[in-house]
Formats: sequence, C-alpha cells, structure tokens
Amino acid sequence: MTTTLEKPRPAEAGIEKFDAEAVNSKENRSLYEARKKIHPKRADGFFRRFKWWIMALTLGIYYLTPWIRWDRGSGAPDQAVLVDMANRRFYFFFIEIWPHEFFYVAGLLVMAGIGLFLVTSTLGRAWCGYTCPQTVWVDLFLVVERYFEGDRNARIKLDAAPWSGSKITKRVSKHVVWLLIGIATGGAWIFYFADAPTLFVDLFNGNAIPEAYITVAILTATTYVFGGFMREQVCTYMCPWPRIQAAMLDEHSLTVTYNGWRGEPRSRHAKRLRAKGEIIGDCVDCNACVAVCPMGIDIRDGQQMECITCALCIDACDGVMSKLGLEKGLIAYSTLDDFSANMQLAGASGSMTDITGTKVFDQVQPQRVRGADGGLVDAIRTTDWRTLMRLRNYLYAVIYGGIGLALLVVLALRDTLEVNVLPSRNPLYVTLSDGSIRNGYEIKILNMRGETRQFWIETEGLPGAVMKLAGSENKATDSLLVEVPADRLRALKLFVTMPLDALSESRTQFSFRITALRGAETTSTATRFEAPPEISK
Amino acid sequence: MSENEIDETTGVDTTGHEWDGIKELNNPLPRWWLWTFYATIVFAVGYMLYYPAIPLLQGSTMGISGQTNRLQLKNEMAAVNEARQEQVALLRESDLETIQGSEQMARFASAGGASLFKVYCTQCHGSGAAGGPGYPNLNDDDWLWGGDLESIYTSIAHGIRNSEDDDARDSQMPAFGADGILDLDQIGAVTEYVLKLSGQEHDAALAQTGQPVFEENCVACHGEGGLGDREFGGPNLADAISLYGNTRATIRAQIIRPQQGVMPPWVDRLGEAGIKQLAIYVHGLGGGEKAKPE
Repeated sequence: MTTTLEKPRPAEAGIEKFDAEAVNSKENRSLYEARKKIHPKRADGFFRRFKWWIMALTLGIYYLTPWIRWDRGSGAPDQAVLVDMANRRFYFFFIEIWPHEFFYVAGLLVMAGIGLFLVTSTLGRAWCGYTCPQTVWVDLFLVVERYFEGDRNARIKLDAAPWSGSKITKRVSKHVVWLLIGIATGGAWIFYFADAPTLFVDLFNGNAIPEAYITVAILTATTYVFGGFMREQVCTYMCPWPRIQAAMLDEHSLTVTYNGWRGEPRSRHAKRLRAKGEIIGDCVDCNACVAVCPMGIDIRDGQQMECITCALCIDACDGVMSKLGLEKGLIAYSTLDDFSANMQLAGASGSMTDITGTKVFDQVQPQRVRGADGGLVDAIRTTDWRTLMRLRNYLYAVIYGGIGLALLVVLALRDTLEVNVLPSRNPLYVTLSDGSIRNGYEIKILNMRGETRQFWIETEGLPGAVMKLAGSENKATDSLLVEVPADRLRALKLFVTMPLDALSESRTQFSFRITALRGAETTSTATRFEAPPEISK
Repeated sequence: MSENEIDETTGVDTTGHEWDGIKELNNPLPRWWLWTFYATIVFAVGYMLYYPAIPLLQGSTMGISGQTNRLQLKNEMAAVNEARQEQVALLRESDLETIQGSEQMARFASAGGASLFKVYCTQCHGSGAAGGPGYPNLNDDDWLWGGDLESIYTSIAHGIRNSEDDDARDSQMPAFGADGILDLDQIGAVTEYVLKLSGQEHDAALAQTGQPVFEENCVACHGEGGLGDREFGGPNLADAISLYGNTRATIRAQIIRPQQGVMPPWVDRLGEAGIKQLAIYVHGLGGGEKAKPE
C-alpha cells in the first residue's frame, strides 16, 4: 500500500519557497495590535485574469456611466443616468422615476437583498472577492504600488531601507497617483447628480457649488485612506457584510478551501522525507498562498471570517502544483460538505467542526486518496456546477426574477397621469347666500409626459354640481378644462357648489374624473362632499 | 472570576465574562479604532469650546463662536425679512388690483396673508376663516361691508365699530325692544316677517302685520325687502346667511337687544403691505367680489 507513494516525483528544485509569514495567522494574533502591513505578491492564473476583467468592467461602469448621453427631447436632461435632486427626478436611460414612484427603488433594494442571498448561497462571498468597491480599489491601488515599488519582496526591502532619494521618489509618486485616483473617484460620484460635462468644467473653473467640492474631498480622502492604508481592516473591522454573509453560507456554498485531505501532512522537505520512506501530502509548505493573500491570512487555517474568497491563493497554488506535476486544486473552490466527505475518506474523523477546522489534519493519511497510478481516487468528491443546482438556489432565483419581472410590468403599464385630491377640511363646507353648499378641493394633476397636456375635470356621482377654479371670474360650470405643462405637477384650488335640495346626506361620496383631452388617458379619484349635518334626516 | 482562559475553538483569550455558557472573547481591537476614538474626544472638546456647552446656574458657557440656536434663528429671520424687503416694498407701492393681476405678487401676498391671518385673525374668525355666531364667515359670498378688494382692505385696515380709528366702519342698530321703540307684539310680528324674507316657515298672518312695522323701522338700513345695504353695513336678511342665527329665537333676540361685533383697526400694527396681503388672502377664500364700476 505504501508503494504507491514511492512513485518518483518531479524535481522540486524549480519551486520557489517563500519566506512568508501570515501576519494574521492564528498564532500571530496578538491581544492588541496596530495594523501590520501586508505585502501581497502578484498572482497569475485564471482567477487573477478574471479579476482584471471584472476590475475593468466595474471601474469602467463607475467612471464612464455619467458621460453616456440619452436624448429625451428639449427641456429634459440628456444624461443617461442622473439623480436630479433639485427637480426630484431620477433618470435611467428610458426610465424616469418621480418621487411618488420611489417604490421602484424599494423594489430594487428588495431585489438586491434577494440577489445577495442568491449569490451568497451559490457562490459564497463572490461579492467580497470580486466586485466589492473596496476589493476593486485596493486591487487598483496595489497595481500602482507594484508599478512604483516593485512586487512583494522589493516592497518589503523598500520598507526596511533607510530613506534615500529613490525611496522618496517612489513613495511620493505612489501617493500622488493614489490621490489622483481618489480625486477621480470622488469626482465621478458627483457627476451622477448633475450634468457631467457642465459640472466637469465648473469644477475646474471654481464655479461648482461648495457641496460638490466637499463631496469630492470626502470621497478622495476615504478612497485614499481605505485603498492605500486600511485595506483589509475595512473588511475585517468596519464592514458588516462579512458577518452577514457568513450567516448565510451553508455547507453547500462555495468557499475557497485548502484541501488538507491531499495536502497533509505538509512538509518543506518533501524530497528528503519521502526518501526516508515517510508518507507526506501534496503541500510543500511553500507559502505561495500566504504571499499572495491580500487579507494576510493562511487559507490552510481553514474557514476564516477574514477570507474574502478572492481566489488568488488558488492561482498561486495551482501554479506550484503544475510545476510539481500534481493535479491542480490543492487549494480550490469547494464546499464544506465535499471537503468533509473527502477528509473522512482520507481517514480524518470527528465532528464537523473538527474536520472543517484544522484539528484533524494529523489524522490525514494521504495515501488513502491516491490510487495505484498515483492519481486521486474516483471516490474523491469534486465540486462542480452541479453542486450549485439545488432547491434553495432555484427558489432565490425564481423570487429574484419574479420581482424583477413584476417591476418591469408595472413600469411598462404605469400611468403618465397621476391625480391627487385633497378636500378642504377647514372649513368643511360653506353655506352661500342662496343656501347652496360649497366645498373646496385641492387637486394635484401630475403630467408625466414630455408635452403640455389639457385635462377635463368632471364630477361623477354628484349630479347638479358646478365647479370653478379659485380666483376665477368665470361662471361655475359642470366641467373644467385645465392645462398642465410638460413634466410638471399643477396644484389647483377648486370650488364645487351644490344646490341644497340636491343633497340628501351630510356626506356624499363622489369622484373626480380627469381625462386627457388628447389620448383620452383618464383617471378617477374618490373623495367626498360635505354638507351641514342638519340635512341628513 | 476574571482569570484569563483561552477559548478552545478560537484560541483567543476570554474576558472571563460568561452568560449561560457563552463566553466573551477578548479579541484585539485594531489600534486605528482607538485613534478614531481619541479623535472623537478631541472633536468633542473642540465642539465644547466652540459652541455653548456647559450649563451654568444662569445660562451656559457661550463658546468662542458666540453662536446659539436662538441667535442663529434671529439672524436667519433677519435674513429672510431682508430678502423680502423688495417684495414688501413692491406691495406697498402697488394697488390691490395690480397685485392680484401679477401671478408672482399675488402668490407672495396670498402666502403672507395666510400666515398673518393665522396669527392675528383666527382668534375671532377661526383658523379656516369660517367664523361663528357673531363672527363673520369670510369664505362665503355674503359681505356686510363689501367683498371687493378695496372694501375688504378698508374693513381690515380701520376695523369695525372701534373707538381707536376715526375711519372705522360704524353702524348701530337700535335696541328696539330694550329701549321701548317697539312693543313685544310688534317685535313678534317683525320676527315673522324676517323669517318670511329668508324663505323660512312663518306665521303668515303675523308676518303681514309685521311688514308695515319693518318698512317703517328697518328698511332704512336693511333695504327694500331686507336685501341689506352695504353702505351702512346693513345685513341682508333675505339670504341663507346670518351673523347671529336665522331662527325665530335669535332673530327676536337681535331685534330686542342687538349684539354688535367690534373689530380693531390693523393698519398701524401690520402696516400697509400687511393689510394688502390679508386683503388678497381673504378675497381669495372663495367669496371675493369684483369691484363695482364707479
């Protein structure tokens, strides 16, 4: 049985061993400490390339969106995405949201919540590892840092080196570029709230409002500090997300996993030990996974709150494994369920906590997961897309899609006319000299079209009623024609008068019907007509 | 009790605090957090020095800024008044028709009038200007002294039946009963006649007796057929609105010993512009009339 392990392995000479220490590894966590600087090494591989694309996409969306133009005709802004605070309007391409339609935003927030459930239960902390602005901007800041100061080892050396002309040059250039990125970040934010080209010019001329400069300054400061200095501290100590997400993960969620069942027992001296006939695992303890980790943890400690699942350790380890001629995936996306099954296969026993922790690593017998040909045995569970296909995820997907569809339907069918009627309550009614009763109403007509429209106002269920606008010299009539400018709300004060003998109740329910002169869009709003209590017998 | 012990699962110190088996871990606090905490303390000290903060027996420390909420309010109110000066001056100079004709001026006047009304007028006329027994309803179309802008202006500016303003509107209804001008039978008959005028249930025979009494004693002020005369502030008795009530008892009481309302003059207190704003507001409540051509 031990013979299988005698299989000769390719030389390990080509594998670089890093003198890396996980600054946040378990034994290094002190009671109370200042932040220890992490120097992530550049990783190469599938996930790193994937993350470059994600970075380009997310930063591109963020910086460029305000510059997209969208023609809405004259009088309306031509910016595709615009939050118009002054006019209380939100524009998103062909969609225009009014304040009273804010439930769309509530709907989007519900979708975002369900989306979080969906993504977390299927892909684990994918948000943290790939798309979170903190992750993306830290990545960007690291690119700058690497450009000026070199990769991990060079940076460590530079930190230790005494101050010199070249050190100052490197540091100053780095911080200047960081600050420029910060300014660009803060600058891009405010473009979402005003016409971007105009504001851009105003910002440089000094003509923009103080709030714009203050916002840019605050966001510049936060970008610079969070991206340059605080980095992983933001995730670990400031962000509630990791804790919320941790609560939503289950044993079937994807996590970045060190597959100890084939890695243990790890050794730096694999060749020598193996020559002595000792059985050892695949992990050569090269610390590549630690060197690339932006969070400063050792993934081999098991599941940790600090891990943002950026998967760079997978890239690092895969590179090592392929140089060793071993299967990739010593560190891989896996689920706790698969992991513990494989651990048991490798001879580890104990509770789920024991297995998913690092406690039972010394029970691992790697020869149990290797077949006669030296490859991994078939009984090993591998995690693939089929793992994601489970009821919980389907349910989330259906709810997510359902809400999205409902919002789209509501959006497609929404009215471009909105009417609000507020009966006057003080006084409720006025007796006129001829004995007739007059009620006052405030009617708000919202014309949500880009054209001026005329509307007929009529009463329904109040025969004999005549009306006139407050302040109008005209004779009261049974209907009124009013004009509402494009994209505006018009509030009208209206008096409705009823002859006393036409009323039989002290309160009569009726409706105002508002109909567009052209297009005949119509809406009916219920209200009431108040009269003296004496008349209801 | 507070012996340090290491939690097995996490390998972290515990604080020694335990609730039903749940132990509090003594995880390290990041140092920047501590610095943030110190920064808030520094901010608080600065704030305390800058703004009024420490209560004393009389008032409080004033802070080096000298800013208080009251002072801020005062300054802001002054700034608002300052900003309104131009509009107010324009109101003072323009005549009422011009103000009403300009959309912008009318809106300003009406809003200002509404707030003046709430402060100075609601005590008698009610917050909705609906009045009550003895206090005229300003929403309806029945006016004792006229419902065009100019008449409303005069009523507000100089008031009614007051001794402070020589231009106050004045009218006196004699106490026909109390002063013995009419005897009770005559008063009863006139009451029936007034009920008849406003189209209510009445004793036809008595009303017929009352008609000549009315014509002899009342027409001078209340006009032919009781239609009223705004020149003398004589109320219209034939319509559905009455100031002191439209029942037999209230009409009778009013003839015997009339109540007469008093309104103070406002022009000295609220100024020309204020009265104009009130006139525009009251005119717009629903009963405003057009000025009669001279």
